[in-house]
This record gives sequence, structure tokens and C-alpha cells, in this order.
Amino acid sequence: MSCVRVELPQHLRTLSGAGREVTLEVAGVVSVKTVLDALEARYPMLKGTVRDQGTQQRRAFLRFFACEEDLSHEPMDAALPESVAQGNEPLLIIGAIAGGTARPAIRASRRRRAGVRGRSRWSRR
Amino acid sequence: MSKVRVLVGTKKGAFVLTADGKRDKWEVTGPHFAGWEIYHVKGSPVNPERIYASQTSGWFGQVMQRSNDGGKTWEPVGNKFAYEGEAGTHQWYDGTAHPWEFKRVWHLEPSLTDAEEVYAGIEDAALFKSTDGGQNWAELSGLRKHGTGPHWQPGAGGMCLHTVILDPKDAGRIYIAISAAGAFRTDDGGATWKPINKGLHSQYIPDPNAEVGHCVHHIAMHKSRPGVLFMQKHWDVMRSDDAGDSWTEVSGNLPTDFGFAIDVHAHEPETIYVVPIKSDGEHFPLEGALKVYRSKTGGNEWEPMTKGLPQKDCYVNVLRDAMAVDSLDKCGIYFGTTGGQVYASVDAGENWNPIVRDLPAVLSVEVQTLA
Repeated sequence: MSCVRVELPQHLRTLSGAGREVTLEVAGVVSVKTVLDALEARYPMLKGTVRDQGTQQRRAFLRFFACEEDLSHEPMDAALPESVAQGNEPLLIIGAIAGGTARPAIRASRRRRAGVRGRSRWSRR
Repeated sequence: MSKVRVLVGTKKGAFVLTADGKRDKWEVTGPHFAGWEIYHVKGSPVNPERIYASQTSGWFGQVMQRSNDGGKTWEPVGNKFAYEGEAGTHQWYDGTAHPWEFKRVWHLEPSLTDAEEVYAGIEDAALFKSTDGGQNWAELSGLRKHGTGPHWQPGAGGMCLHTVILDPKDAGRIYIAISAAGAFRTDDGGATWKPINKGLHSQYIPDPNAEVGHCVHHIAMHKSRPGVLFMQKHWDVMRSDDAGDSWTEVSGNLPTDFGFAIDVHAHEPETIYVVPIKSDGEHFPLEGALKVYRSKTGGNEWEPMTKGLPQKDCYVNVLRDAMAVDSLDKCGIYFGTTGGQVYASVDAGENWNPIVRDLPAVLSVEVQTLA
């Protein structure tokens, strides 16, 4: 059993009542799929908000980042980096382009690592 | 003393506006679900404390909410809308076949007899029903599969089922409307459906008198006469006296018969209200003057109601679900604008005052009259 850290975008924190970061116990291979399975089991109101309930595919305007990598286009059942599986680094779920949060959700240095310029990703609509 | 609760859905959250029967001092609470688009909020006529809300986002998809305390607190309920069986295709804007895909819930219609029952009109157009307070949703697929579905096309706002009207005298009869397919009726609780668009004339489609393809914007009914319907079409205001089997135009002396909202006075079934909008290309009032038009004759003869409404430099729109009436005497009329104003008239349209001026763009307005 792995303890995986997940950072949620602001609107999903509000919807779920969770904090910015949640820690989830994940059995077996730690992948986006198994992490989301655990996230939705803990917070059922998040079903359908990160991935489509029918196709199970990532919603188009969300992205997955971890360890300075954009993992959004990796297969959902691909193993996440070991440091995520060990809980050393979080899996970031990020809303694309304009996230609707009042202040940067993650540190500027992390934004730079994620390849984001300026504040546009976090600016209000 | 009576109380009025106005439920407002906006581009950035829901708001609840309350006042006593005088309707002169308003308390505003919200935003609920801040930052999300709230397409519709509507209370159960059986239990007014039970309210349903459609919360949606381009990022996070569809969330359904319900309240058991009149909108003070909310809980997320089921948000899985799966088309029954093979989804099939409808026509895309360019006429090619396009698969049916769930996008959002446009309209919620709570049952007239059971607070746990509620209908949802969705995009891409279909009608769903929950019998457990919104936890689980099942499609009434007879509508989408009755035969004309593959020919339906989206309007500019998407292929949305935006109007659901339950017949208070016939539990099996439901009217719905879809942009841009038209109006449809079931007489058996949703098992079978038929288009009810005879008499509609739409010059912008290949066959202006086609069985389906009309961009119906909204339909209203008075509960005492469920066979009489009033329609604001893309262009044209229409009425039917035979439950939609045939329609006649009643635009009469309206300065423009384009618009979205239409509603009926709570106590006068022949008194109806529209908000004329300049054109399909210019979604704002004629000459920058916001006017509600009232007909006391069920159409054809219209009078502008302007007192208290901006008569210059006003370029807002009033969307299809953004007008509602209370059932007090005198009847209150309410509408919201894309400029964030919610206007109320407590004398059936003679005089108007803004309840609030600076909300996000208003998508929907519903009113509850509470004992």
C-alpha cells in the first residue's frame, strides 16, 4: 500500500471539502488511474470532475503534473514516478489556461518547472 | 405572512434572494458554488425547501446539487448522465453526423407530486429523470429514439433540451423543447413522444415548415389551462390552444419578435410577457431600451412596460430561463439579465425595480412563493 499525495485545484477542494493536498492509500501499481480510483472512493462528489464517468478519460481542460513532468498524455494506467508512489512528490491536478483561483495555487518555481509563464494559468476569468 | 424566494443561476454561482410579501426589501445570499456556471436552480412545488441546482464547468464537468433547507446548505448528488443504449448520432452544424455527447444540464423540473422526483433536460438533447432526489438518473430515451433524433441540429448555444413542462392535470403529459429541433410531447409519461411543431415557420432552415428543426427558445403554460401554450421561438411568438398540435403566430405589434424569455401571469392565463431582443445577430434590446412587453389578450396586442427599466444605453440580454412569476396578489414578475441585474415588478409589470444590479451574468431565474 502506497501513500500518495495529490494536489487539487481550488474548485475541487471546495467541492470535496478537502484541503489543497490530500493523502491517499493506493494499492498495487500507483498510476493516474489507481490514484483517481482512490480519490473518488474517498470523495465520491469528485466523480466525473477529473475524468469522464463513461470513458474514464481525463477531462480535456485538466492536466496531470508530477516531478517536473507533464504526464497528461501518458496512459492512465502507466506507473507514476517512484517519488510519487513513495509520497515524496505530489501528483498535481491542474486546470488549464484559466483556473479561477484567486492566487497562485503552487509556487512560482513549480510553475516554471511546469513550463507555465506568468500568471495566466491562475488568473481569474 | 407570505414570503418570496428568488433562485438565481449565474455564470459564476447561484444566489438566493428573499423578501416578505411586500417584496420591497430583499436579502441576498450567495454566491453558492462560487466560480461555477449555474444553469438552473429550481425548488420542488411539493416541498419548497427541497431545491435542485445544476452546477457546471468547462473544466470540471457537471455537478448536481440539492438543498433540503431552502438553499442555505447544499449537498452534491448524482452526476452520471449515461444515454440509454447506443447513443447514435445527430446532425452537426455542417450537416454531418455527430455522436451524442453529454455536456451539461440546462434545466431541472421537479415533479408536481413527489419531492424526490425531478427531470433534467440536458445537452446533447435528452430528458433524464431521477426518482431518488437526484442520486441516480435514467434517460427517458423514447424522446431521443422516437425517429427524428438523427435529424436534430444544435442551435448556437448547443443542442440543448432547455424546457420541461409538466401537465398539472395529466400526469402522463410532458412538453419539452430543444434548440434547434423544436417542441415535443409525450402523453404516456415519457415512453413515446411526437414532434408538435405544426404551424411553426422558420425561414432559416431548408424546409421552413419542417416537422423538426425549429429553434424554439422557450415555452410557457398557465397551470389552469395546460392545453394552452405560449412559445418564444428564435423569431416569432406563437400560441397553441390544442396542446401543441398546432401553433399560430401572435407576435402582433411587437417591435421585434426575436427573444428568449416568455412567461404567463400567475392569475390571468391570457396575460403573457416577453422581452423583445433586436435580432439573432444582436442580442440586446432595440435602441438600447429595455422593455418588457405584456399582452392581456394572449398575444397579438402588446404594450411596452418600461417604468423603472433603463431606457437608454442598455445592451443586455434576457436568457430563456431567466424570467419567472410569483403567485402573490398582485402577481410579481422577475427577470435577470446578462448584465447581472435582477428586476422585479410587484404589480404585474407596471413598475420595475432592480433587486440586485451587479451579479454575474444571469442564466436563470425561478421564484418560490412561500406561505
